[in-house]
Amino acid sequence: MGKVNRTLFVFSVVFFLYFLFGILRLAPILQMFRISFYDFDLIGLRKEFIGFRNYIELFHDTNFHIALRNTLLVVAISVPTTVILAFILALFYNTKLRLRSFYQLIYFIPAIMPTAAVSLIWRWMYDPGYGLLNYVLSWFGIRPVPWLVDERIALYSVIILWVWKWVGYYAILFLVGLQNIPEMYKDAAKVDGANWWQSLRYVTLPLLKPVTLFVLIIASTWAFRIFVPVYILTLGSQGAPGNAVRVIVYDMYENYFVYDRVGYACAEGFVLFLIVALFTFLQLKLTRGSEAEGGT
Amino acid sequence: MNFIERFKKLVLYLLLTLGAAFIVLPFIWMLSTAFKPPQEVLSLKPHLIPAHPTLDNFITVFTKAPFGRFILNSTIIAVLSTISIVLTSSLGGFVFAKYRFIGRNFLFWTLISTIMIPPQVFVFPLYLFMRDLGLVDTYLGILAPSLIMGFGLFLMRQTISTIPDELLDSARIDGCSEFRIYWNIIVPVIKNAMGALGIYAFITSWGYLLWPLIITNSEELFTVPLGLAVFQKRFTVEYGPMMAACTIATLPLFLAFAIFRRRIVESFVLSGLKG
Repeated sequence: MGKVNRTLFVFSVVFFLYFLFGILRLAPILQMFRISFYDFDLIGLRKEFIGFRNYIELFHDTNFHIALRNTLLVVAISVPTTVILAFILALFYNTKLRLRSFYQLIYFIPAIMPTAAVSLIWRWMYDPGYGLLNYVLSWFGIRPVPWLVDERIALYSVIILWVWKWVGYYAILFLVGLQNIPEMYKDAAKVDGANWWQSLRYVTLPLLKPVTLFVLIIASTWAFRIFVPVYILTLGSQGAPGNAVRVIVYDMYENYFVYDRVGYACAEGFVLFLIVALFTFLQLKLTRGSEAEGGT
Repeated sequence: MNFIERFKKLVLYLLLTLGAAFIVLPFIWMLSTAFKPPQEVLSLKPHLIPAHPTLDNFITVFTKAPFGRFILNSTIIAVLSTISIVLTSSLGGFVFAKYRFIGRNFLFWTLISTIMIPPQVFVFPLYLFMRDLGLVDTYLGILAPSLIMGFGLFLMRQTISTIPDELLDSARIDGCSEFRIYWNIIVPVIKNAMGALGIYAFITSWGYLLWPLIITNSEELFTVPLGLAVFQKRFTVEYGPMMAACTIATLPLFLAFAIFRRRIVESFVLSGLKG
């Protein structure tokens, strides 16, 4: 009797989970893969198998090139900046400074705030005429910067927002890593006459490698997926820089809902999925690896 | 020596405070603008403290757009999503941690592999499904993708594996059903982890923009972030009402952070290191 109940319980839970994950995650991604080989629209008038043509076209599509380039720029600039700043912050957090937990909390606030809201706030900060940022810069004699209007600057404005949002979060992740380093290593370095820099370079950094890798991977996967700041910062504004901040998800969104090229957008999505999946896979692999060694 | 140490400390505090100011300033600027009359908002020499504070912007927010409705929608969806994620994750985590059956590892890791599918990617094909199911522009449609979380399942299995089997066996001898074991024995032990997962689920759900943007058409179903985006289109240059709207959108999180700060930080750390 108990055995039957147990089997039934296990079966129903697993079935239920597969039902939900199947409809909401697994089927959509398979469907996306399938549609990426079709010329497909939203109403269903066009539905023609075209093989790899969407993918081939992607390679020649200027908009996609721009989107890919911008996304890579966001990753290449925001990730190192955020990670280095976060690491320095974490070193501060890990000292015996009074108020350190107060600073931890302050720097953490942007991470929990809705991206749409903070993007809107930054849009107002960046306002060329009345924004706070240009006003503060004017104290130092700096002329107004056209943050979101100038296409050479717009992407950096997005990146500043992104760094601002995540630096406090990654700092906490680093702090957890720092606290996991046994004191005896540092003491040993001290006994051997290592100065602060040597101790950091030869003891702390090598021991922090797993955490650093995690943070790098999380930061990159999130940066690859950036959408909301771009959407909000450029939405509906006259003379918006447009292509200057086009990122992959934004380009997908436009192809899908504005140009009604569903198959094409799906091919694009699948490329992004592969990039992000690769990074996430590495992260999972590392998490499992370090657990086998006895702890993160 | 003592002097140098003190000087170093001073510089350190100065740098940290400057950085903190940079972090907080946008929020202060938001609050300040939200309480300013229009002529003060568009001032070339802005003051942080409004000379003539007013609530007009907030009134505009609630009269020109159904912001109360947006808050209600966001709250309903975030609460339901949190409950569903915590329940499905813990129940699934329990089954995958404490029962042996054929294909267990394969079945588990297939579900976990969905962590690799970013929401910004699966929402596009999901839209087609939801449309075929007639769920476009419905609560269930907005809620659907947030019913589950691959990371939550992972976290729960990890947590539940640490519970000794003897605890479950003795309950079985007492004649408890499997669900009773989950509810009366597992849940009390993993309460903290469930809480952490719940906090994380709530905050992420409260912030989603892309999916509501895709799946809803009618204003009655807008969530707060979507309301902000649409509001911005309508009031392109009226930053007073817009900052009032942002104040309303961030206020619940500020309050939650003031009360649960440590737990919120912990739940985010957990999600980062494991998810």
